[in-house]
Amino acid sequence: MATSEIVHAHAAPQGFIRKYIFSLDHKVIGIQYFFLALTAVWVGMILSLLMRIHMIWPNADLPIVGHIQPETYLSILTMHGTIMVFFVLTTAPQGGFGNYFLPIQIGAPDMAFPVLNMLSFWTTFVAFVVILAAFFVTGGAPLHGWTGYPPLSAIQSTGPGEGLGADLWITSIAIFCAASLMGALNFITTTLDLRAKGMSMFRMPLTVWSWFITAILGLLAFGVLLSAGILLLMDRNLGTSFYVPLVVVNGQIMLHKGGSPLLWQHLFWFFGHPEVYIAILPGMGVASQLLSTFSRKPIFGYKAMVYAMLAIGFLGFMVWGHHMFMSGMSPYSAFAFSILTMGIGVPSAIKTFNWLGTIWGGRVRFHSPMLFAVGFVSLFVSGGLSGPFLAQPTLDIPLHDTAFVVGHFHLIMGVAAIFGIFAATYYWVPKMFGRMMNETLGRVHFWFTLIGTYAIFMPMHYLGMAGQPRRYSQFTEVAYLQHLIPLNKFITYCAVITIAAQVVFVINLFWTIFKGPKASDNPWEATTLEWTTATPPPHDNFGGHTPVVHNGPYEYGVPGAARDYIMQNDPATSPNPAH
Amino acid sequence: MGLALLAVIWLITFVSTYFFIWHPWWLPTAASAAAAGIDRQFTFTYIVMGVVFVLAQCSLGLFVWKYRDRGSATPVSYSHGNTKMEIAWTILTAVLFVGLNLMGRPIWAAERFQPAGDGALPVEVTGMQFAWYFRYAGPDGKFGLTNPKLMDPSAGSEAAIGLDTSDPAAKDDVVTGTMVLPVNRQVDLTLRAVDVIHSFFIPNMRFKQDAVPGLAIKMHFTPTQIGDYEIACAELCGLGHYKMHGMVKVVSPEDFDKWLAAREAEKQ
Amino acid sequence: MSTVTPNLAVKYPRTRDTGGGDPPSYGGGNGDGHGNHGASDYGDRLRRARLGLVIGLTAVIMLFVGFTSALLVRKGLPTFDQQTNTYSRDWVPINLPWILLLVNTAVLLVSSATMEFARRDITRQAALAPVKSIPGVSLGDEQRFPWLGSTVILGFGFLAGQFLVWRVLHERHTFVNSNPSSSFAYLLFATHAAHLAGGVIALVWAAATALLRRPVESRRIVIDIAAWYWHFMALLWIYIVTLLLIAR
Repeated sequence: MATSEIVHAHAAPQGFIRKYIFSLDHKVIGIQYFFLALTAVWVGMILSLLMRIHMIWPNADLPIVGHIQPETYLSILTMHGTIMVFFVLTTAPQGGFGNYFLPIQIGAPDMAFPVLNMLSFWTTFVAFVVILAAFFVTGGAPLHGWTGYPPLSAIQSTGPGEGLGADLWITSIAIFCAASLMGALNFITTTLDLRAKGMSMFRMPLTVWSWFITAILGLLAFGVLLSAGILLLMDRNLGTSFYVPLVVVNGQIMLHKGGSPLLWQHLFWFFGHPEVYIAILPGMGVASQLLSTFSRKPIFGYKAMVYAMLAIGFLGFMVWGHHMFMSGMSPYSAFAFSILTMGIGVPSAIKTFNWLGTIWGGRVRFHSPMLFAVGFVSLFVSGGLSGPFLAQPTLDIPLHDTAFVVGHFHLIMGVAAIFGIFAATYYWVPKMFGRMMNETLGRVHFWFTLIGTYAIFMPMHYLGMAGQPRRYSQFTEVAYLQHLIPLNKFITYCAVITIAAQVVFVINLFWTIFKGPKASDNPWEATTLEWTTATPPPHDNFGGHTPVVHNGPYEYGVPGAARDYIMQNDPATSPNPAH
Repeated sequence: MGLALLAVIWLITFVSTYFFIWHPWWLPTAASAAAAGIDRQFTFTYIVMGVVFVLAQCSLGLFVWKYRDRGSATPVSYSHGNTKMEIAWTILTAVLFVGLNLMGRPIWAAERFQPAGDGALPVEVTGMQFAWYFRYAGPDGKFGLTNPKLMDPSAGSEAAIGLDTSDPAAKDDVVTGTMVLPVNRQVDLTLRAVDVIHSFFIPNMRFKQDAVPGLAIKMHFTPTQIGDYEIACAELCGLGHYKMHGMVKVVSPEDFDKWLAAREAEKQ
Repeated sequence: MSTVTPNLAVKYPRTRDTGGGDPPSYGGGNGDGHGNHGASDYGDRLRRARLGLVIGLTAVIMLFVGFTSALLVRKGLPTFDQQTNTYSRDWVPINLPWILLLVNTAVLLVSSATMEFARRDITRQAALAPVKSIPGVSLGDEQRFPWLGSTVILGFGFLAGQFLVWRVLHERHTFVNSNPSSSFAYLLFATHAAHLAGGVIALVWAAATALLRRPVESRRIVIDIAAWYWHFMALLWIYIVTLLLIAR
C-alpha cells in the first residue's frame, strides 16, 4: 500500500491531462464525480420514464425502444435502481460535494491521499462503464431487481438478461465497492488527521460530520457487499452452492444443492441498510448547514445533531432484518429487528425537531438553496413517517413488496436525498465555479420538482395499501388491480412533467458555469471556511494562508457582534466558542 | 416567498390528508380471522402518524413564513438549543415509536410464533415460474413425497409438482391450480418453491409469506368469508411475475367436502 | 426578503499561521494544524499513512467477516429434502493437506520476520540519514542483509505453496464446487492470496524506490506500511487456517 506524496508546496499542475483528466486536486475530482452523477441521474430518469409509460400502456410501440417486453421492463427496473442508488446517491453527495468541500471546510490543502482520490474516481467511472455495458450484451441487462435475490440472480436460465448481463452487473458493483472503500479511507483519514489549528471535532460543520460518518458506514458495509457479490459470481459461474438449493428451472434440474437464498439477503441487507443512510446523511448535513445559514441562526442543538447522526450510523448496522420480515427468517429475529428499527426512528425525529428549531426565531432568506433545504425537511418527514408502518412486522404483512414501500423509499432517497443534492448545488456552485446561478430558474425548478415529486410518490402509498405489488410490468392480469390503473396514469403524467422540469436545472447549471454573473467570495454571508477563501479556491485552497479556527461553525446572529455572522477564522468572540 | 412556501406545504399536507381520510383506494375487504387485528393496528398507526405528519408539515410551513426576514429590524433569537426540550422530545418519540411496535406484538405472535392448531386443514402451496399449485393430503392426512426428476407441468397438476406416485402416501394427494377452502376452518399451510423465490400474497386475507426454494415454510390463516379472492405473487420471480396469478375460493364446509371428494374420485 | 449583494464589501482579517502568538487550540484531537505542514513533515506523513492503513485493513477485515458469517450460516442452515420430507444439512468436512498448509504457514511467518527486520533496518537508516550527510562519517554497517529481497522471495514461495495446495486438492478430486466446505476453502485461500500478491507488488515497488534513489524518509514510509500490511496478511492467514480447522 504505497503512500502518496503530498506536493502542495509545489505549483499547480500544468497540461490538460494533469489538470482535468488525471487531476490529483480534490476540487477537480469532486467536479468529476458530480458530472458522473449528473450523467447517471439522466440515464436513471429516462429508464424510470420508460417504466412508468410501460406500466400504463404495456402494448405501446414507443419511438427508439419499440415495444417493451415484460423482461425488458424488468431489466430497465433493475438498472434504474442500481444506477440511481450507486452512481447517483452514493456518488454525488459524498464523492462530489464531500470531496470538494471536506478538505476546505476543515482547513486542509487537499485530501490525505490525493493519488488514491484520483484512483477512486476513475474506478467509479470504470464501474459505470461496465454496468452500462450490460445493456448491450446478448440477453441484455439483468432482470432480477437492484436487490438481486438468488436463485433468480444465480442461475443463468431463469430469464433473459441473467447471462452475461448479470455477470457484468455484479462485476460493476464489485468494482464500485473497491472505489467506495478507497474513498472512505481518504475521507476518514482526512477528517481525523488534516484539520487546521483550532478545528476541533466539535467545531466541524455538520456537513463534515455527515461525510465523515457516511465514510465510516461505507467502510464497514461495502466489504460485506463485495463478499456477497463474490459468492454470487461463484454460484453463477463455478457451480458452487452458496445461495442455491436444489432447484428445477425450465424443466432442468440444476446441479446446485444445499445453498440458502436467505444467506444472500442477510449479506446484502447488512450492506443495504447502511447504504440508505449513506444516501441520506450527507443530505441531512447539507440541510443543517443551509437552514442555519439562511435562517441567520445557529443550528439548534449542534451536539444533539452530531450524536443523532452517530446513533443513526450505529443503529443502521443493526436493523437489516426489517427488509426480511416476510423472507422465511425466524419470526423472533424479526421482532428483535423491528424494535431496533423503531429505535432508529428516534434520532431521525430529533434531527427534524432541531431543523424546525433552527428556523424558529430566525430571519429566513429564501434563496434557492434554502428552498431546497426546506423541501428536504418536508420530504424527509413525509418519507420518514411511512417507516413506522413498515417497521412493524404485523403491518409489513400487507405492505411488504407493494407500492407502499416504493413510495416510502422514493420519498426519502429518490426525492429528499436528491433535494439535498440540489440544495448543495445551488449553495456551492458560486464557490466552485465563481458564478451565481439564476434565481428565477431556481425557483421554477424548485416548485415544479416539489409539487411534482409529491404528486408522483404520495399516491403510491394508497396503491400499496390497496395491494398493488412491486415490480409488476403491467396490471392487466390481476382483477383487483384494474381500479388502480387511473391513479397509476396520474402518476405517470406527473412523472413526465417533473422529469421535463429537470431540464430547467440543467440549463441553469450549464448556462451559469459558462455565462453566469460573477460571484463574490461569500455571497451567502456564511461562516464556514470555504467562504473565507477566494472564489473559486486556489489550488491549495487557501492561497498559502492556512486558516486558524477560533469559532464554531454556525455563529449567526450573535448579540452585540458587528454583523450578523462570525466566520470560523474570525477572532474569538465568546468565551465558549465550541458548542 | 415565505407565504408561498407555507401555502404549498399546507396544501400538499391537506390534499394528502384528505385522500388518506376519504381513502378512495383502501385496504381490500377483510376476509380472514387475522385481518381485524391487523387492520386495527394499521388504522391506529395511520391516525398517529397522520397527526404527526400534519403537525410537522404545518409547523414547517408556519415557521418559514412567520420567521421570514422582514428587514434589519427583524429580531433573531440567538440560541444553540435547549437541552431540556431535546430530552423531552427524544423520550416522547421513543415511547411513541416503541410503544406502537409493542402494541402490534400480540398479533405477530399469534400469526407467527404459534403453529397451526389441531383440526386445521393441511394444504401445501408450491410456487414455480409462473403458477401456483395446491396440494391436499387426502384421507390419510399425509403429504406424499415429491421428486424433481418426475416434474412435468405439461402432464397435469400432480406431475407439475413431481408427485412421486410410488409413495403410498402420495396416492391420495390431490393437486389443483385453484385453492378451495372451507370457511371458518384454519388452514395449516406449507409453502414451497421450485425454482426461485416467490411470495404467496392474498390481500383479502392479509396474508403474505415468501415461498423459498430449499425451505418448506409452515404458516396458518383462517378464512372467514365465503367468496373468491385473488392471489398475487409478491416477490420478483422473472418475466412472468406480473401474471403469476391464482384464485382462492372460500366455500361452505359441505361444498368443500363435495369438491374434494370429486377431485379424489377423478384420480381413480 | 433580503437580497444578496454579490459585491459584499465586508473585510475580515485573514488569519495567518503565525505560530506562537495564536490562542491555544480548543479541544483535543488533531485541530492543531498538522495538515498544512504535511508536505514536509515526514513524521506526520508516516502517522497519516499508518492511519490510512488501519482504516484500509478495516475494510479488508469486513470482507472476511462477510465470508466468515457466510461460512457459519451455510454450514448451519439445513435445506428441505423433498425426497425424504425432512430437513438436512449437506456440510461435509474436507481433507485439507495440513502438512503443506503448515509449511506455508511457516514460510509466511518467516517472511514476517524478514519483513520486520527490513522495516527496522530502514527505520534506522532514516534516523541516521542526517548523520550520514556529515562528510567523513561512516557507520560501518554498509554490509546489509537483503531483508526486503528475502521477503519478496518468501512471498513468492508462499504463493507457489498455495498453487501446490490447489494442485493437491485437484488430485484428490476436491474442486471448488465439490461441496460447500471446499468452496469456502478455495474462496478463503484465493482471496487471501490475491491480497498477499498485492502486498508482494508493494514490496517490489518498495525495492524499486531504493533503486530509484528516492529519499530515505519516503522509502521508510513505503516499507513501514508494506510491513504492517504484510504482518496483517500473516495474521489473516492464521485466522483462515484456524477457521477451516474448527469449522471444517
